[in-house]
Amino acid sequence: MENERRVISVIVANEASVLSRISGLFSARGYNVVSLTVAPIPDTDYSRFTIVTKGSVRVIEQITKQLHKLIPVLRVSETEEMIEKEMVLVKFPITENLSDISVLSNAYNGKIANVSTESIIVMIADEPKRVEHFLTAIKRYHPIEIVRGGTVAVER
Amino acid sequence: MQISGAQMVIEALIAENVDTVFGYPGGAIMNVYDEIYKQDGFEHILTRHEQAAIHAAEGYSKVTGKVGVAMITSGPGFTNAVTGLADAYMDSIPMVVISGQVPMSLIGTDAFQEIDAIGISRACTKHNYLVTDAKDLPRVLKEAFHIAATGRPGPVHVDIPKDVTAQIETYVYPDTVNIPTYKPHTKGNKRQIKKAIDAIAAAKRPLFYLGGGIINSNAAEEVREFVKMTGIPAVETFMARGTLHHEDPLLISMLGMHGSYAANMAMSETDLVIALGARFDDRVTGKLSEFAKHAGVIHVDIDPASISKLVNADYPIVGDVKGVVVEMMALAKKSVDAEVYTPWLETIEHFEQLHPLQYFEDTDRLKPQWCIERVGEILGDDANISTDVGQHQMWTAQFYPFSRPRQFISSGGLGTMGFGFPAALGVKRGAMDKVSINFTGDGSILMNIQELMTAVEKKLPVINIILNNNYLGMVRQWQTLFYDKRHAETDLSVQPDFVMLAQSFGGVGYVVKTKDEFDAALKDAIEKNVVALIDVRVERLENVLPMVPSGGSLFNMMLLENKKES
Ligand SMILES: Cc1ncc(C[n+]2csc(CCOP(=O)(O)OP(=O)(O)O)c2C)c(N)n1
Ligand SMILES: [Mg+2]
Repeated sequence: MENERRVISVIVANEASVLSRISGLFSARGYNVVSLTVAPIPDTDYSRFTIVTKGSVRVIEQITKQLHKLIPVLRVSETEEMIEKEMVLVKFPITENLSDISVLSNAYNGKIANVSTESIIVMIADEPKRVEHFLTAIKRYHPIEIVRGGTVAVER
Repeated sequence: MQISGAQMVIEALIAENVDTVFGYPGGAIMNVYDEIYKQDGFEHILTRHEQAAIHAAEGYSKVTGKVGVAMITSGPGFTNAVTGLADAYMDSIPMVVISGQVPMSLIGTDAFQEIDAIGISRACTKHNYLVTDAKDLPRVLKEAFHIAATGRPGPVHVDIPKDVTAQIETYVYPDTVNIPTYKPHTKGNKRQIKKAIDAIAAAKRPLFYLGGGIINSNAAEEVREFVKMTGIPAVETFMARGTLHHEDPLLISMLGMHGSYAANMAMSETDLVIALGARFDDRVTGKLSEFAKHAGVIHVDIDPASISKLVNADYPIVGDVKGVVVEMMALAKKSVDAEVYTPWLETIEHFEQLHPLQYFEDTDRLKPQWCIERVGEILGDDANISTDVGQHQMWTAQFYPFSRPRQFISSGGLGTMGFGFPAALGVKRGAMDKVSINFTGDGSILMNIQELMTAVEKKLPVINIILNNNYLGMVRQWQTLFYDKRHAETDLSVQPDFVMLAQSFGGVGYVVKTKDEFDAALKDAIEKNVVALIDVRVERLENVLPMVPSGGSLFNMMLLENKKES
């Protein structure tokens, strides 16, 4: 069966064990997690999980239904109509070509975030596809560390 | 009212009309037991093992339709109960299980008898709570009962630290629950229902596929009416036994791995499956790609996740079976014409005659199937029937003449050996006017044999009929059929003296080798009205047939050889 990449947005009540309920569901039923982010929704008692997963159409449908069955889950949305962004932090040796790196990160909605005597850190924020491009493009500047933030998404 | 957390638990149980709690005390739950000592709002039944407390509460719930309640302590008390929780979860039994936990200050320190109970129960409950403040207790308990009983029912576990049961707070039990994130969908979509009815009207060979959800939804009466009104034949799952009366002319039989030839063939030939509260379990469908291959599927279920999980539903209807069936009947009156099904019913009749569900009394020893039929003849509707797990369980589902829902109580989803006896205690407690029979095996009965003590102490005269084949029979059957007769570790030739065993607890015991002895033992056990073990020495190598080998297609059954004719 064809494996589709899907972004699922889940709104949950802020409760002590809600993260383990969700991660437990994925591990118990053998679903894939590509990335998972979570943060409270301002001025509410809810948080939003953004989960990127892969699976056949049937599996994706099961994932959304099973998520919905969890008692603290308020809403599950899974559409192709999502605006997606991911933030990435990358650390390079200070000896690399800094202007190239700066130009590249600018091209991907980013900038230099920190400079020290040993290294330079840049941040970018872009669509998942473009993030992949960026990560390929910077390979030749010998990144020391790459920290991906995971996808966040909102419906159009 | 200013009361302790422990008193709140008692008050809440009484407010929920709980009349029986099954349980076992220990350190972390002692505050609550102290309050149990002081109250007389409900009876506490001390089982002799926590697993049995949960199974007893399951049996009680299944027979009464009420939420079953059990209480246990932390650590080993809780872990002993896990099998019961998992069993209730798999069979969608509404339960509230309350456990003690070490005090809040000790949580996370590997304290004595500390275990991450909600971490464990998350995987085998509908929902669970760790109550960290007695202020939350009234709300949590109210929610627990609500969640257990509504939507697709299931067990809810409430873990309460010892200091929380000691904490004194204001108690007001809420009248209503307000869980914005939990609003189960109970009313079926009208347009879908209409479409389903049109599909029924167009079908030539429709078939009802009745599942355990009907029993949970108390919809058997409506389903009986619907079946009668439409004239459409029906098969039942294991969990749905008793939905239709065994004499209902439209009931074919049970389907699935040990279903009847006619039931499985009907499912293979139908052009429209009308699934009511059934979940297309692998023991029912066999090979999925061959299951009901020619058929459209109407699927009515309260749990959206059950729909199109395994078999795609052409007409998905999310809702409570009872309400949906009532709506379907209102529409079907105009459009369904029973006459059309005559050729289809004849085909099924033909299947039934070709390979009826039967057995042959071709050896000296008693046949287990005969014992089950015999109890049916003698007690019929007057008994509630529970079982353990194995061959005896399948024979009971095949051969007992069930006449009403909630008459048959068995561990379906988890298949828990040791379920039957404690469940039967709960069944008896919930229906004292009926005889409580537990068909069990010589393997299974030993998995909760300590409950003889509970039965004697609480005067719960369950009659355990051990269909003793000196084997872990079901496993032995698979070894015979699929492992070249290598009977690894399934020979139970070494056995206790079941008569003395029963007597040592204050019950009665019988050894039975003939039909007369069987009748006499059953009669005597009923008269004596104490817990009984009837050790029936049955044919050792009998197999449960027909059988769809695991992963095979429903229409490819291993059948009973017709020895009489050949
Ligand atoms: C707790 C548990 N352990 C193991 C099994 C696997 N199992 C299924 S049936 C069976 C044999 C049961 O033997 P017995 O109770 O004598 O019943 P019989 O099949 O002989 O009628 C076993 C071991 C199980 N279902 N449950
Ligand atoms: Mg046996």
